[in-house]
Amino acid sequence: MPRLSPTDLRERLNHDMPGAVLQQQFVTDGTAHDGDRATPPARKGAEQPVALLATNDVVVAAVRLPDVARYMRDQLGYQLLSNITAVDYLAEGVIELVYHFVNVEGGPPLVVKTRVPRDRAMVPSMTPWWPGADLQEREAFDLFGVRFDGHPNLRRVYMWDEFEGHPMRKDFPKQGDKYMTEGE
Amino acid sequence: MLKTEELQINIGPQHPSTHGVFRLIATVDGETVVDLKPVFGYLHRNHEQLAEVSTYIQCMPYTDRLDYFNSMANNFALAVAVEKLAGIEVPERANYIRVLMAELTRIQNHAAAIGFLINDMGAWQTPLAFGMREREKILDLFEMASGARMMCNYFRFGGVWRDLPPEFMPELKQLMQGLPSFFDEFERLLRDNEILRVRSIGVGTLPREVALLYSVTGPLLRASGIAYDIRKAEPYSVYDQLDFDVPIGSVGDVYDRFLVRIEEMRQSYRIVQQVIERLPQTSGEHINPAFADIGKQKALRPPTGDAYGRVESPKGELGFYLVSDGSPRPYRYKVRAPSFINLTPLGDMCRGHKVADIVVILGSIDIVLGEVDR
Amino acid sequence: MMSDNQNTQLELEKQGVFLSNVNKFYNWGRRSSIWPMSFGLACCAIEMMATGLARFDLARFGAEMFRASPRQADLMIVAGTVTKKMAPQVVRLYNQMPEPRYVISMGACATSGGPFRDGYNVLRGIDLFIPVDVYIPGCPPRPEALLHALMTLQAQIDNQKLNRVRWYGKREAKDFPIPTFGKHGLEIDGELVDPVGGLPLLSHYTSPERGETRSGQIEHPEIARQFPIMDEHVEQAAERDEEPDVAEVDHA
Repeated sequence: MPRLSPTDLRERLNHDMPGAVLQQQFVTDGTAHDGDRATPPARKGAEQPVALLATNDVVVAAVRLPDVARYMRDQLGYQLLSNITAVDYLAEGVIELVYHFVNVEGGPPLVVKTRVPRDRAMVPSMTPWWPGADLQEREAFDLFGVRFDGHPNLRRVYMWDEFEGHPMRKDFPKQGDKYMTEGE
Repeated sequence: MLKTEELQINIGPQHPSTHGVFRLIATVDGETVVDLKPVFGYLHRNHEQLAEVSTYIQCMPYTDRLDYFNSMANNFALAVAVEKLAGIEVPERANYIRVLMAELTRIQNHAAAIGFLINDMGAWQTPLAFGMREREKILDLFEMASGARMMCNYFRFGGVWRDLPPEFMPELKQLMQGLPSFFDEFERLLRDNEILRVRSIGVGTLPREVALLYSVTGPLLRASGIAYDIRKAEPYSVYDQLDFDVPIGSVGDVYDRFLVRIEEMRQSYRIVQQVIERLPQTSGEHINPAFADIGKQKALRPPTGDAYGRVESPKGELGFYLVSDGSPRPYRYKVRAPSFINLTPLGDMCRGHKVADIVVILGSIDIVLGEVDR
Repeated sequence: MMSDNQNTQLELEKQGVFLSNVNKFYNWGRRSSIWPMSFGLACCAIEMMATGLARFDLARFGAEMFRASPRQADLMIVAGTVTKKMAPQVVRLYNQMPEPRYVISMGACATSGGPFRDGYNVLRGIDLFIPVDVYIPGCPPRPEALLHALMTLQAQIDNQKLNRVRWYGKREAKDFPIPTFGKHGLEIDGELVDPVGGLPLLSHYTSPERGETRSGQIEHPEIARQFPIMDEHVEQAAERDEEPDVAEVDHA
């Protein structure tokens, strides 16, 4: 079954679509890394400045995303866009969108990521080519505030239309009994 | 020429056939559907936000309530995702127990799903009662193993909560004896029923070419003719050692989905028989010994990074995308819910059909609102 | 005296004469044929369906006719989490039910928000908007628990006196206020109801004992639940080692 690793994907993209893949960004804060497990976070909910954005997966520029996706679908045969996730990195000031592509002949999914700044989160929409991305992008808009250019119906999907705020963002005020006490 | 006007009618959220609190705004021209807009969010319980303040093991009971019909399958998906993230090994007996529970879940889900589909077509409660009778027997088994009928919370990272009790196997074998005749009777009573055939053949077709573009997975995709099953495509647990087939349909209409589900029940039965034969008799191996203590589960701190773990739940591809920052709580916890994404083609499948077909098509997609709205 | 009455009754019954009073007879009719409205919201709905099916038969209590329309139902079993998006519809449906009407709040979520109560979209208990007669704990409650709740409700109905219950007598029928969607949550007349977080709220609508009206007011908050452990005045007083002054406590 086809097994394309992220390194292979990066090589092929660099070969066929130069300029699409961004260089890896490593957050060099020098504080707690994954090897250091002895220090718990200072406050519950505090953003731990670990190297969260360091990844082996392919990170592309937002504007080239539809081209890369269509390349993966047509040239590489990864036809099923399985999952679109938005992740909010408050400390680094980016929202990362993670796309999982799956090949129906088998094998693990292939990941493509893109990053946009938190205050101007705009990504080209995949809906014109994959109608299945419709609801997932609306969810990312509703909960994270990411705008998708080219989406036919970008409205809130879970919350009511008069609601203000994007609830899954890390700086949305979270209140509740679970958040009231310290410790586990 | 008569001038006709389009009418907007509202179906739900409280409706006997919407499988939960789900609202549809249908634009109809006479009796024919012109457009269909679903409205979600009536059961949005912000599961993902709650998981960000819970430790990984505290997320496990919440996953029960995601797809509340198949709690074991949801537990399985989270366990697979966290084990991928943290690199935890699962002993063989635990894997076999997990597969047993997952396949029993599949049988009970399909029995009830077919029952609900036929209920939506108008056969009031009889096929549903047939399906739920078998489901009750399987729920008895779940209660024996995990202590609860529905929200089992049975899986842990590295295995399962506790080993199967001694009375489980005889009861399971007795159930297995009765299942083939149940499948045959169920199929024989329904498959050639004229009302079922007229109401489902040619209704709600999802053509093969567009099925992949709609990101649908599970029985919906297989009924459209694409043989994609995660148990074969990216085998997890011990599925690569088990022998089973993946049924596919040809046309992709409601009748095909019905047949695919009946056949999947038979294949699950086959898998359970193999599991019964091959279950390793080593006791105490129901969980990875390093994680047997609940304190270890609570204090789990996976290394920084992300992982996407997915299983073939009875509704489709259920995946968990987890981002860890080294702390005991997930940084991001995203559920890839099959029912939510399978609802994308609903509007296109219903266009051109009558109002009464909307409910039938919705029933054939087999959604659970806990998953759709999370 | 009691045995005298009973003997007379037995004698008459042997002859085929049945003596009762209108109250008992009327209540017996009502409690033996409660028609629930099919109002399953989430996981508890599956257990409700299992209760209605063959194994834990609800039909033997006369309650198997689940009506889809609220106009034909007398019991609303709120089974599952009530979200803020769904709450106006729940109140609307309750308003549409004809009296006498009852509410069973099934499961932890409908009672108080359940495991999801810290959500921005979860209503912490349906009794913040409509009066509830029986609460069932559990997540999900077993079908036997739902049957027990139904029997409790039947016992409550048996004890209701015709001349004292809240839906007969001189009063104007009022609808329960329907919340509207605000910017940060549900609002009634512009005021935020059930904001996320903070102390648990007391319900104004806990159904009074035996369904009777008291002092002319409907749905009087007679039975108030106290939460001394989480009340900040009490906790601060305990820290200062003082006696808590219950009269000064502010019920939010």
